Amino acid sequence: MATTRAAAVDVASLDTFPRLLMEHARQRPQRPAMREKEYGIWQTSTWADVAARVRALASGLAELGFKRGDRLAVVGDNRPRLYWSVAACQCLGGIPVMMYQDAVAQEMAYVMKDADIRFACVEDQEQVDKLLEIEAGLPSLERIVYDDPRGLRHYNQPFLHGMDEVLEMGRIHDEHHPDFLTNEIDKGSPEDIAVMLYTSGTTGQPKGVCQSHAAFIAAARGGCAFDRLGETEDILSYLPMAWVGDHLFSYAQALVAGFTINCPESAETVMNDLREIGPTYYFAPPRVFENLLTQVTIRMEDASRPKRALFAYFMNVARRCGADILDGKPVSAADRLRYALGNVLIYGPLKNVLGLSRIRVAYTAGAAIGPDLFRFYRSVGINLKQLYGQTETCAYVCLQPDGKIKFDSVGTPAPQVEVKLADNGEILVRGPMLLKAYYKRPEATAEALNAEGYFLTGDAGVLDADGHLKIIDRAKDVGRLNGGGLFAPNYIENKLKFFPYVKEAVCFGNRRDHVTAFINIDLEAVGNWAERRGLAYAGYTDLAGQAAVYALVKDCVEQVNADLSSDAAMGDAQVRRFLILHKELDADDGELTRTRKVRRNFIAEKYAVLVDALYAGKASQYIETQVSYEDGRSNMVAAELRIEDAQTFPPQARKAA
Amino acid sequence: MVRQSGDVIVDLRNISLRFGGVKALTDISFDVREHEIRSIIGPNGAGKSSMLNVINGVYHPQEGQIHFRGQLRRRMEPHHAAEQGIARTFQNIALFKGMTVLDNIMTGRALKMRCNFLQHAFYWGAAQREESAHRLKVEEIIEFLEIQSIRKTPVGRLPYGLQKRVELARALAAEPHILLLDEPMAGMNVEEKQDMCRFILDVNDHYGTTIVLIEHDMGVVMDISDRVVVLDYGRKIGDGLPDEVKGNPEVIAAYLGTAH
Repeated sequence: MATTRAAAVDVASLDTFPRLLMEHARQRPQRPAMREKEYGIWQTSTWADVAARVRALASGLAELGFKRGDRLAVVGDNRPRLYWSVAACQCLGGIPVMMYQDAVAQEMAYVMKDADIRFACVEDQEQVDKLLEIEAGLPSLERIVYDDPRGLRHYNQPFLHGMDEVLEMGRIHDEHHPDFLTNEIDKGSPEDIAVMLYTSGTTGQPKGVCQSHAAFIAAARGGCAFDRLGETEDILSYLPMAWVGDHLFSYAQALVAGFTINCPESAETVMNDLREIGPTYYFAPPRVFENLLTQVTIRMEDASRPKRALFAYFMNVARRCGADILDGKPVSAADRLRYALGNVLIYGPLKNVLGLSRIRVAYTAGAAIGPDLFRFYRSVGINLKQLYGQTETCAYVCLQPDGKIKFDSVGTPAPQVEVKLADNGEILVRGPMLLKAYYKRPEATAEALNAEGYFLTGDAGVLDADGHLKIIDRAKDVGRLNGGGLFAPNYIENKLKFFPYVKEAVCFGNRRDHVTAFINIDLEAVGNWAERRGLAYAGYTDLAGQAAVYALVKDCVEQVNADLSSDAAMGDAQVRRFLILHKELDADDGELTRTRKVRRNFIAEKYAVLVDALYAGKASQYIETQVSYEDGRSNMVAAELRIEDAQTFPPQARKAA
Repeated sequence: MVRQSGDVIVDLRNISLRFGGVKALTDISFDVREHEIRSIIGPNGAGKSSMLNVINGVYHPQEGQIHFRGQLRRRMEPHHAAEQGIARTFQNIALFKGMTVLDNIMTGRALKMRCNFLQHAFYWGAAQREESAHRLKVEEIIEFLEIQSIRKTPVGRLPYGLQKRVELARALAAEPHILLLDEPMAGMNVEEKQDMCRFILDVNDHYGTTIVLIEHDMGVVMDISDRVVVLDYGRKIGDGLPDEVKGNPEVIAAYLGTAH
């Protein structure tokens, strides 16, 4: 024991993931590294277990012929054994290629071919079936290792191996040649490619992003130091393994800080598992937080009157001082007392029900989060923060520092990261976490990295006086008004969409004198609103055209204008005129993408008359539109659309430094 | 797909069953082989459920013999059937609505519990060990049927399709050799039916359980059965491989009706 203690090295000096893993096994062999629920009970693997299994798996893969530099596809839900296979592959100097488990066979074929995959580690029969379906077109694919043998008993392809079999083979190999794996790990260099993650490919084919050990370890160390993450953190690993965020939080940071990852039992049990584990460190996209809040709201509406009153009273207290208390700002003693009482009666139990009582740090990213939603979580004492990053930057560019949260920014540049803005507003970043290259695409790599070594994110942003970065839009969508003001349509649209009555918004203004907008009302929310006020309506088109609804939406638009006017960079881009569309924008009509993003140019062309009318100053415009139904039928919708002016506010003439 | 079916384990010979003057089954003979999926089909009132009830000893036919694993079975009661490894599900779900899914499935283990009432009441020593062992088995089944997310949910709150799955789980908990399924897919939507089919095939394949199935959905029956027996008005009108049965004119007439 004494000798191992003496030999223990500083984890902070280790530069590849396999070395980190083996060191954790030496320094904290009995600490939990991974938990997985099996047969209804959480089963723990310690760091010593994980290291032993990874050694065995790596030796087994080597016996199957896996060589340095080979690529290993990893496909499946978050399972400890798939995380082991990532580490095992890295031990052998191979490159794990993370793939989305819900991809259809054809999408998988593209990545498998692009990355010249020889070996694949997959979760279960579903993934094996997909690979067998495309296997004929993949000459380089040699072996498939599966984790869960269920349903695979009668598959007799010689290239299929159960992971248990590979582990056993490897264990024996490791026993006979204990130096083999140690040598392989020693051969690893921090500049080796640690992992390949594919970009989602919203523009063109997906690209394989090659990240080195050094890059991911730098990003993970930076993040861990920033939030003081230690070995006692617990994280729930439930987001796709192929997504850069999961790789950073559940793999890289876990290996750097030595904390515990918890794999949910199945996708449907995540909320239950969240409650049982009570993570201290948590990541979720905004929609998860939104769903949680909706559940709370619905249940509160069903609660008895005294309970509702109590809830309303303490939520008011929380709104007033909760976020300030969290941020360590001065708050009056009376409010502190009220908040403490609220914590006992409301916030504590609420957090407990949501599974968030132990949270020290929670992050959200990926889409804009509504300020009210964000405030709600912070006000009840959950340290929810935003971050900004991309696959190419190991999901590590900006983080919100504790105590310095601005609701509409993504925080300040993370340690070791340099952020600057190009002339067109595009965010450029430089630092140790940048990608090494796109796999087999030197032209794309050259395009993405400029001569000074900055990565071009493709996002447009604004830095405020305190150095906080605000993401406003995709750089290619950002335009200028004729007056020279910045026009970021997505930014304005998001602000409009944060109102529950507005379902979609489409803004115009590039090379125009001012900004105008199409609005889609939310039929459910506005319908409820109309019912409560006794307004009769015959359907979407009728409701959308009513004067009272116009007044409601006008109010939303004007609030956004007031908000924009206080923004140094965006003060000119206030919505002057708007109309409420007579039909809901629909993916079937090509107006939205399948992921429900508005196709602004398509809409501008399709409704050119409306755009012209908005800018010509007309008070109304007649339009006929064809709509397609899900069953393939189509129909014409016609309406005389009213166009209204919205009040604008003088921009506060404060230019960003 | 050719599955290996084994020896005959249930052999029904000239079964007739009457309720007073009503003839439910008339002179029916067929057999069930080990590891096969054997379907019983027929129009409403053809005697399908009665047939299952004869197999597991709920009804006692007035005439005919039942041989179980080569032995003539005298008068058998349902608990004898259960002890001999015959489990079943019901056309109308028969679960304990107020109990959780887990507890419902645990009841399927009742026959295998060896400790007495007192030991269970004190939940100590052997009783505790026994409970853990049974719970493990039940958890395996929960995982097998992919119902982890509803483990602790009271059955009454579940949608119909899931209740059917829970019923299958409870039947499986008895580790049966023969599983009698009475319309496991009735009232399900297409997706639920597909899931249920997959589970039935998986049970048959993984546990090697012999399955006797009553079902109305012809597509399902023809897809998953090894052999099919067709009843109409209590008589057997067809028996054989799915394709043979499909071509049988009498079966077509019974199902599609004849021109009168």
